[in-house]
Amino acid sequence: MQTKRMTFPGHWLPYALLAPQVIITLIFFIWPAGQALYQSLLREDAFGIKTTFVGLENFARLFRDGDYLNSLSVTAVFAVGTTLISMGLALLMATTVNRMIRSRSTYTTLLVWPYAIAPAIAGVLWWFIFNPSIGIVPYLLDMVGYRWNHRTSGNDAMMLVIFAAAWKQISYNFLFFLAGLQSIPQSLIEAAAIDGASPLKRFWTVVFPLLSPTTFFLLVVNVVYAMFDTFGIIHATTEGGPSQATNTLVYKVYADGFVGLNLGSSAAQSVILMAIVVVLTIIQFRFIERRVNY
Amino acid sequence: MASITLEGLKKTYSGDVQAVKGVDLEVHDGEFVVLVGPSGCGKSTLLRMVAGLETITEGTLKIGDRVVNKLEPAERDIAMVFQNYALYPHMTVYNNLAYGLKNRGFNKDEIEKRVQVAAEMLEIEEFLDRKPRKLSGGQRQRVAMGRALVREPAAFLFDEPLSNLDAKLRVQMRVEIKQLQRRLKTTSLYVTHDQLEAMTLGDRLVVLNAGQIEQVGTPMQIYARPATMFVAGFIGSPAMNMVPVEYLHARGANGLLDNLPEGTDIVGIRPDDMHLAPPAGQHLIVESTLQLFEAAGAESHLYVNLADSDQPTVIRVSGQPPVAEGETLRFYVTRDALHPFNSTTGQRTGD
Repeated sequence: MQTKRMTFPGHWLPYALLAPQVIITLIFFIWPAGQALYQSLLREDAFGIKTTFVGLENFARLFRDGDYLNSLSVTAVFAVGTTLISMGLALLMATTVNRMIRSRSTYTTLLVWPYAIAPAIAGVLWWFIFNPSIGIVPYLLDMVGYRWNHRTSGNDAMMLVIFAAAWKQISYNFLFFLAGLQSIPQSLIEAAAIDGASPLKRFWTVVFPLLSPTTFFLLVVNVVYAMFDTFGIIHATTEGGPSQATNTLVYKVYADGFVGLNLGSSAAQSVILMAIVVVLTIIQFRFIERRVNY
Repeated sequence: MASITLEGLKKTYSGDVQAVKGVDLEVHDGEFVVLVGPSGCGKSTLLRMVAGLETITEGTLKIGDRVVNKLEPAERDIAMVFQNYALYPHMTVYNNLAYGLKNRGFNKDEIEKRVQVAAEMLEIEEFLDRKPRKLSGGQRQRVAMGRALVREPAAFLFDEPLSNLDAKLRVQMRVEIKQLQRRLKTTSLYVTHDQLEAMTLGDRLVVLNAGQIEQVGTPMQIYARPATMFVAGFIGSPAMNMVPVEYLHARGANGLLDNLPEGTDIVGIRPDDMHLAPPAGQHLIVESTLQLFEAAGAESHLYVNLADSDQPTVIRVSGQPPVAEGETLRFYVTRDALHPFNSTTGQRTGD
């Protein structure tokens, strides 16, 4: 893209204009990241009196730690579950809304609302709905013979956080899928209809492949969301329990560092998370840039 | 191979917008019929109703002997070529052609054979492995045609297939479509707003206006004897000139206009029927002022205002006559060049 070149008379004005962004990045991103990198090499006692340099010992310990390895697989299940549910439902809703003519904008507006709700509020909402003592869903499930209790059952707890996290992300996915669907020319679908493809076949052989750039983009965004942006939801619903069942990597950083006060280990975990983000970002740029499929 | 029969076909959109107001038409087996009309006349809607992409509000549609009103597009045994080609961008040309056959459960060998035959016929064999975006407009057009003809359908439907091509390619593809249709003898219904395309392609033309048929006939029938003032103005370029009979009388038409049919108050004169030199036999003489001279190579268009009336009129003459803008011109019209109309009904009054 060609941008217009702007010339400033002096040096201080451009720097001043740039300063707020740079300062914010430095204070809230670079500095903590540097701190985390540094801290991950240290071991500190719980009272912060003595600090020793331990090299990569914190990392070595993490990969010997059953809880951490469990957290890795919990995160994987959580991320895959959240991504599949939120993208699947969003795609279903987008295709449905895309078929409407007059009510389309109304539905679109309504479906975007969950996105505007703060994660903690969303978590509390689901906490109430699924509360084993007073919630409506356990009450209904009890009628069909299922005893829901996410306080004792790890599977129930995992389902709860996946639902809560996916629900919030559906809106975002929905908007992108809808935009993607609308950019597919109607005549392609008509041509496929004349070519004898059933509606379902049309979707899988024509619409879905043409949506692949959108789908891939959302895949990365959703994985990132599930891995890093769901602290509030987990904190408000299960707090990582029961017995580590929903203790995702991000939540564990918080729990070990700020509750358990094991700062060295917590910092090492953040560094690993940082590495994961870097990898995901690289994947995204690599593939999104050279448009998928066609 | 089949005929297509439209009986009282109507399309009403919600809000009482009548896009097609009752069309009766029979497209014979193997015939090439062109639907032509200005934009918004309902010609595309009509075609899409035949294809099954629009529901039919009223009337009966038959392909062959089957009533297909309620059938899905795929069940109507038709193939359609779209204005934007509608090629599947994520499939190779080969798969674009094979898609319809695969969906219909043809076996691999048969698909392979048919695609090869179609590709050869359209000279697109070398592109079979490419994706559509690597093709030029003309090549895409061929692929779109190929996709229609591999299926060997009962009828081809064309929705302004040439309007996205440049002028030169359009002429070339026009000829190819015509030749292809002659060879395959597949019933074809072709929609266009371009009257030249309509004239050159169709065995018969259907001129549509505001959701209704104005006239059906061979291109020459329609050109020689337009049934309404609308058709007269639409077919032929430059358009036919309309001159009030009263005006001609006032200019001293003598006995020449006496035998015009009853009800005639306006006459149409084709730009080529206005001569700068007096022809043999009886003729009208009209004076005018030359406003604009347009040289178009082999022919010239003279934009004139009739004397004492300011009515803009176009004359087409071959070559480049030695006239200057602002000059007073006298032109001559014979009786058989006059198309008599009634301006209130818009209908031809006779002759």
